[in-house]
Amino acid sequence: MVTSPSDGTPPAGRAMETYDVAVVGGGPAGLAAASAALATGARVVLVDAGRQPGGQYWRHPIGDLGAVADLHHDLATFRRLVAGASAAVRLFGHQAWTVEPAERGFLVRAVADGMERAVPARVLVLAPGGYDRQVPFRGWDLPGVYTAGGAQALLKGHQVVAGRRVVVGGTGPFLLPVAAGLAVRGASVAGVFEANAPAGWLRRAGSVLPVAGKLTEGAGYAAALARHRVPYRSRRAIVAAHGAESLTAVTVARLDARWRVLPGSERIVECDTAAVGWGFTPQLELPLALGCATRVDVDGSLVVAVDDLQRTSVPGVYVAGEACGIGGAPLAVAEGEIAGRAAANAATAANAAGQPAVVVPSRLRRRRRALRRFAAAMHEVHPVRDGWQTWLGEDTLVCRCEEVTAGEVRAAVDELGATDARTAKLLSRAGMGWCQGRVCGYATACVAAGSGRPVEADLRGVAERPIAAPITLSALANPEGAPRQQ
Amino acid sequence: MSHTFDFDGRAIPFTTGQSVGAALVAAGIRAWRTTRREGRPRGIFCGIGVCFDCLVEVDGVPNQRACLVPAAADMIVRRQEGAGRGHLAV
Ligand SMILES: Cc1cc2nc3c(=O)[nH]c(=O)nc-3n(C[C@H](O)[C@H](O)[C@H](O)COP(=O)(O)OP(=O)(O)OC[C@H]3O[C@@H](n4cnc5c(N)ncnc54)[C@H](O)[C@@H]3O)c2cc1C
Ligand code: FES
Repeated sequence: MVTSPSDGTPPAGRAMETYDVAVVGGGPAGLAAASAALATGARVVLVDAGRQPGGQYWRHPIGDLGAVADLHHDLATFRRLVAGASAAVRLFGHQAWTVEPAERGFLVRAVADGMERAVPARVLVLAPGGYDRQVPFRGWDLPGVYTAGGAQALLKGHQVVAGRRVVVGGTGPFLLPVAAGLAVRGASVAGVFEANAPAGWLRRAGSVLPVAGKLTEGAGYAAALARHRVPYRSRRAIVAAHGAESLTAVTVARLDARWRVLPGSERIVECDTAAVGWGFTPQLELPLALGCATRVDVDGSLVVAVDDLQRTSVPGVYVAGEACGIGGAPLAVAEGEIAGRAAANAATAANAAGQPAVVVPSRLRRRRRALRRFAAAMHEVHPVRDGWQTWLGEDTLVCRCEEVTAGEVRAAVDELGATDARTAKLLSRAGMGWCQGRVCGYATACVAAGSGRPVEADLRGVAERPIAAPITLSALANPEGAPRQQ
Repeated sequence: MSHTFDFDGRAIPFTTGQSVGAALVAAGIRAWRTTRREGRPRGIFCGIGVCFDCLVEVDGVPNQRACLVPAAADMIVRRQEGAGRGHLAV
């Protein structure tokens, strides 16, 4: 049984007790953290913007997991974690727009249905996950071009097949489940275009074998693609999208080792839908709001730095899942379990003013280590190489919200003298619109860095934003309990 | 169970739990907003509330993310020209 959003939700309008642990995010990492913290006897509140548990990985139509069970993996773990977290006070449909230090710990400030609710807790576990990393290409703003995760969310969450004839492109193993899911649900998938050459996997078998389960999953997708005759082509990319009002075709080209187009290799593939993804970008607003230290991970993403108990640089703040390094759902679960135990221990030790005695079984530590090695191997064969910048025209949009072109971002760097991503953003307005740079931040940082990789300061410059979600004036004017006004 | 909502005078069917945006895509409608600067068409891109491409007016309230708003029977959904953010604090 999957929980309904109202289960365990306290009535609005009552002052909230201080919880031992507040977990933000009910995906694989957050569910595991809540479940592990509860198992130690801690009082736990679980906050998620979505209407039900599962996050991105176990996304399903509301109340109906069965309809998409064939698209999922490891549902036994999902059911175990949901059962384990069922004693938490669950605030689904609650978007945390910021977190801040408070007298006895922290306040999670969330909005739900136009009202703000402040949730006090001694210790925080932040597990906000991430979203598809994007690099721009000509025509990528045409309707019919989706992020790979967006196509997957339509399918897993709403049972909607994004299009009839689909191309899938970008880099990383995530392209496989997306293509397989679309094919299994009846789309004609014209090809999967992987910009890297993932034969590199074989040479890294040593780090892959300890987590053979992940490999079997990959083999399952490969079989599904073969069954539906979906071609898989490496060293190729979707470099342009075509159409007047919506997508009608893409240009696919062969790439050299730096991802420059091999002249003469371009060909047109007719399609009504493209699903593109270049890895994932961790969602860092909440940890950055608290001042957590960051680092640049193997995949070039800015992530929160954590120690072996998932502690951040800020006492009392733990991070688990994609936000401390992209590594897939099994790693997110392992990290969540460790963070939940450690956080509960810290909170209850603080209650009793006793010595923290954290117990993380060595099997759990070993599992996390093996999965991290697997993730690092995956990132090494699926980097984003700088040659994508050569695909862009001067008039190609980089920032979709403010409609800022590649030419305008380059002019901020070359003519106006921006030497870092933040200045390039301020001068060109790239990343200053609705999404606050979530979609174009990585690309803007890359353009500002030229042929080099963006450094930590550049990535932070485009990741820091005042709030984790737009909030209406009426929500701010309506603290918990006050009647809603539109 | 299937119901419908109104999109610019057209009845759009949806199943329980589907978002407004997902139902529009299922009905073959891929764009319901134009951009401020170039007037370019936009619909769903990220599908999870991150990109704000999918903004739409629902029951008179503009700038709702169609990929997040659950569809409900008899909702009035309207396409949006440009995008104002007047009612937002930040
Ligand atoms: C669109 C998309 C689809 C994906 N589909 C797959 C797939 O099919 N297969 C696969 O192997 N991997 C998939 N991934 C990768 C996947 O995200 C991870 O492997 C896994 O889900 C990570 O778990 P997590 O717990 O770290 O984060 P997530 O699963 O992303 O969970 C994070 C949760 O935090 C919540 N949250 C975030 N910020 C806030 C906030 N401010 N306030 C309240 N709640 C918040 C979100 O609503 C979400 O439920 C997908 C990723 C994306 C972006
Ligand atoms: S499609 Fe990105 S916010 Fe709705």
